[in-house]
Amino acid sequence: MEINPIQYEELELLLNDLYKRYGYDFSEYSKASLQRRILRLFTLDKFPSFAEFRYRLQTDAQYFRRFVEEITVNVTEMLRDPSFYRTLRTTILPVLATYPFIRIWHAGCSTGEEVYSMAILLKEAGLLQKSLLYGTDINPLVIEKARKGIFPVSQMQKYSENYIQSGGVKDFSAYYTANYHLAKFDSSLTGKMIFSTHNLVSDFSFNEFQLILCRNVLIYFERDLQSKVFKLFDYSLENFGYLALGSKESLRFSPIADRYRQVGREKIWRKVHDAL
Amino acid sequence: MPYKLLIIGGSAGSLQVILSLLSASGSGIPVPVLVVLHRNGIFESSLEELLSIRTGLTIKEVEEKEPLRPGIVYICPADYHVLIEKDHSFSLDYSERVHFSRPSIDVTFRSAAEVYGPDLICLLLSGGNADGADGLVYVQTHGGMVIVQDPLTADVPYMPQQAISRMKPDFIVPAEEIPTFIRGLVR
Repeated sequence: MEINPIQYEELELLLNDLYKRYGYDFSEYSKASLQRRILRLFTLDKFPSFAEFRYRLQTDAQYFRRFVEEITVNVTEMLRDPSFYRTLRTTILPVLATYPFIRIWHAGCSTGEEVYSMAILLKEAGLLQKSLLYGTDINPLVIEKARKGIFPVSQMQKYSENYIQSGGVKDFSAYYTANYHLAKFDSSLTGKMIFSTHNLVSDFSFNEFQLILCRNVLIYFERDLQSKVFKLFDYSLENFGYLALGSKESLRFSPIADRYRQVGREKIWRKVHDAL
Repeated sequence: MPYKLLIIGGSAGSLQVILSLLSASGSGIPVPVLVVLHRNGIFESSLEELLSIRTGLTIKEVEEKEPLRPGIVYICPADYHVLIEKDHSFSLDYSERVHFSRPSIDVTFRSAAEVYGPDLICLLLSGGNADGADGLVYVQTHGGMVIVQDPLTADVPYMPQQAISRMKPDFIVPAEEIPTFIRGLVR
C-alpha cells in the first residue's frame, strides 16, 4: 500500500494556490479531515502525481468547482437527532411564535434536508406562513439540489421514524409525492425557502435572524476559524435569538460564550445580551 | 519503549476483551488510549459509564479539538469518525460511513498512522466486518506496531481474519493474553 501521496507541506501549497487563484480560503479547515477528502478526490480521479493534481486545479476552473463539491462533506438527513427537533417543537417554536415574522438561517445546509425538516415543524406549529428559511452552503451543487426538494425514496422510512420520534403525529408521507425512487417535497414547504451559496470563511452577515442552525459544520474548522464564524453568527442573531449546533459541537470555548445560555440538554444556545 | 498512542479497534464480540485489557491495567496506562468501537446505537451513552465502573480508569468520549493526554481512555462518539491532527488533537468528521461504519476503524488507524508513525500501536479485535484491515496495512507501512486478536479466540473471527489475510501483523495474540501483552509494550 501507498504512503500518502499528499503530505502536509504539499497540502499547504495547494491551499495557497486555491486562495490566490479562486479566493477560496481553506487554510483554517481542520487538516486531517481536509487531507482525507482531498486524497479521496485525488485517488478517485486517478491523478498520477501531486504535481499534476495541483496543475489541473490551477488551470481548470471547472475542475476547481468539482473540487469544492467533492471535498465538502454533504452527509445530512431529515430530522437527524429526533430529540433535538423535539426540543425545537416544544421549547423554541413557542417563543418564535410570538414574533410577527420569523427568519431562520441554516448555515452549511448541504442538500437541504434540515431546512425541509424545519419547514415541516413550522407548518405543524401553524407558523410557516410567517416564516422565511434561508439555506446557504459553500457548494453550489448541493444548493441546486436543496432547491428542488427531491430526495431518495429509500430514505423515507428512516425519516418517517425520525419524524415520529421528534413528536410528529401526522402521516409523514403526506409531505411528499413519491415517483419511482424519488420523493418530491410539497411546494407549500419550498415556497418559504431561499437557497443561496455563502462561504462562512469569507462572506458577511446578510440579515438578522431569530434562529441560526449550523450543525456538523464547525467540526471541520480549526479553532480560530470557529471563533470567527461564531462572531458572524452572533452579529447575525437578534437579541434573545437562538443558535443551534451539531450534537458534538459547543459554544463553550468560543469568544461569545459568556453572552449565551444553553437551552436544556440540547446543543441550543440563547443569546442573552447583545455585544457591548 | 517509545510508543505514544494505543488504538483499539473492535466490533461485535470485542467488548469483553477491551474490558479485561483495561481492567488489568491497574493504575492506568501511561499513554493515551483510543477505543474505536462499532456501537450501532446499542451502548450509546452507557458505554463510558460501563467502562469507567468496570476498569476504574479515566474514560471519556472524544471531544473535537481536544488534545490527547496520557492516562486517559478515549471513546469514539457514536456516529462520528475520529481523526487525529498533526498537533495531536482530535477532529470529528461526519462524512460517509466506511465499511457501513461510523466511527470507522480504518479512518482512525490511517489518520493516526500519518501523525504517529512508529510511535503507534494498533490492536484489532473481534468483529463481523472488514473494517480495520486497510488501516492496519497503512499503519504498518508507516512503521507502527500491528497486533491482531487470534481469530480462533474471537467471538466473531471475521474482522481479525480479514486483517490477517491482507497483511502480516507483528503479533497475533490470543484473547486471554492480550492484557499482559499490551501492558508489556506500554509500561
